[in-house]
Amino acid sequence: MTGATDRSFVRLAGVGHRYDPNPAVPPAVTGIDLDIRRHEFVAVVGPSGCGKSTLLRMVSGLLTPSEGEVSVFGLPVTGPRDDVGIVFQKPTLLPWLTVRKNVLFPLKHKYGRYGRDDEKRADELLAMAGLEAFGSKMPDELSGGMQQRVGIVRALLLNPDILLMDEPFSALDAMTREQIGFDLLKIWEEQPKTVLFITHSIAEAVLLADRVLVMSSRPGTVLDMINIDLPRPRTQKTIAELRFSELTERLRKHIYEPEAV
Amino acid sequence: MSLKLSDGPLKTVLFAGAPWLFFVVLILLWELICQVFSLPVYVLPAPSAILEAFFQVDMSRWFMHLWATLRVALMGFGLSIVIAVPIAIAMMRSDLLQRTVYPLLVVIQSTPVVAVAPLIIVLMGSDDPSRVLITCLLTFFPIVVSTATGINETPPELIELSRSLDAPTRRETWQIRIPYAVPHIFSGLKVGITLAIIGAVVAEFVAAEQGLGYFIQFSTSFFRIPQAFAGLFFLAAVSLLLFKSVQWTQQIFFPWSLPKKQG
Repeated sequence: MTGATDRSFVRLAGVGHRYDPNPAVPPAVTGIDLDIRRHEFVAVVGPSGCGKSTLLRMVSGLLTPSEGEVSVFGLPVTGPRDDVGIVFQKPTLLPWLTVRKNVLFPLKHKYGRYGRDDEKRADELLAMAGLEAFGSKMPDELSGGMQQRVGIVRALLLNPDILLMDEPFSALDAMTREQIGFDLLKIWEEQPKTVLFITHSIAEAVLLADRVLVMSSRPGTVLDMINIDLPRPRTQKTIAELRFSELTERLRKHIYEPEAV
Repeated sequence: MSLKLSDGPLKTVLFAGAPWLFFVVLILLWELICQVFSLPVYVLPAPSAILEAFFQVDMSRWFMHLWATLRVALMGFGLSIVIAVPIAIAMMRSDLLQRTVYPLLVVIQSTPVVAVAPLIIVLMGSDDPSRVLITCLLTFFPIVVSTATGINETPPELIELSRSLDAPTRRETWQIRIPYAVPHIFSGLKVGITLAIIGAVVAEFVAAEQGLGYFIQFSTSFFRIPQAFAGLFFLAAVSLLLFKSVQWTQQIFFPWSLPKKQG
């Protein structure tokens, strides 16, 4: 039975959610079955409005599913959890706090205080993200890419087991986006996390993830689950590989001509 | 002749000093019109006559009137901050309060304070408390509205962050919502401080023995028009200085809350 928890760290069993109680309106998400292994990187792609964010919120405990159940490590999720870090689409840093204090904000906010050790950890995390020189800067002195890096570092502060990322790079320009993706992989390899990564970009999903979940548009259901068997560590060279193009092509077909698959 | 200057230090200086220069030109034009057409002082006193009238009044008398008006304006302003911010927070916390208190605030705001002022004086006497109340009635509404707007404009992601951390609502309010409202609170304070001076003057018009508003009314009733103008300019200068003080407070203590310059 030990193998069971190993295979599925986060389990979604027939999970769905409807915002509108009227049965004539289709639910936002329905019948999602998903097992995520510990320290696995799963990306979710799908058209706009397919309920990707709803799915993420149900895993985080911010939203209670109206059907099915989400469980982590065999225990049902009933509310917000300590072992979850969330990275949002926008960096959403607090403009009145320095970068270091922004990173420490989850502690300050949850417990009202933090100690020396926490400050040290914040500095270490900032250094890992290449931001050691920016701890005492204000957020608006940083570029968009750097701000989002701070957002990721903030989510890592409480050392969560699960990292939920809601289209975290979609506000960045293409070049920054690619670079920050590789940076994320580096961080993930140093500090393994179970990642649920929501994105619009097929290439990004293939480049980063172990598996990609393809969702249909409303109601959001699982269209396919694709194993990304590209070797790690993934680099710029990965993009040039034939297998990379094959996988992105396969995903693209799902999204643009779902009937053909 | 073209108004275009070539780029250089002269242009920079002129551009920086343009508001002052424009003001000086207007005053000179005013003086010129009064001199050329020999306008009687009760139609329009010349700036030179106003300046003369200003110095004819004792400095101690100026300060007495200034202090009377400033005292009421600042107390009324302070009181409205103390009332308005908690009301805005309470309305954000409770829909019921929002539905009950907000309409009442709108009713109070829609009632002309000038019309209510005599009633307040009758009820509470012609002392500082009633004048402070009149000022407060005028100033607190913009502060409530701007604070409430700011609190409601907190990015939903930050509220989600707070919820995901399972933090107490108290900290959500103090560490996220209120700081986020600071730029909005300050725009309310800027409107409020100019209204505070107006409120103090309105109160003095109804019943007072001192204050700049009283001084202007008193001067006009004795046909000392240049003196009334001197009081008016003094009042405008004080009002401007108070407005600037609010701006400076924001710049010094909350520099992050200022709109970003596009680079």
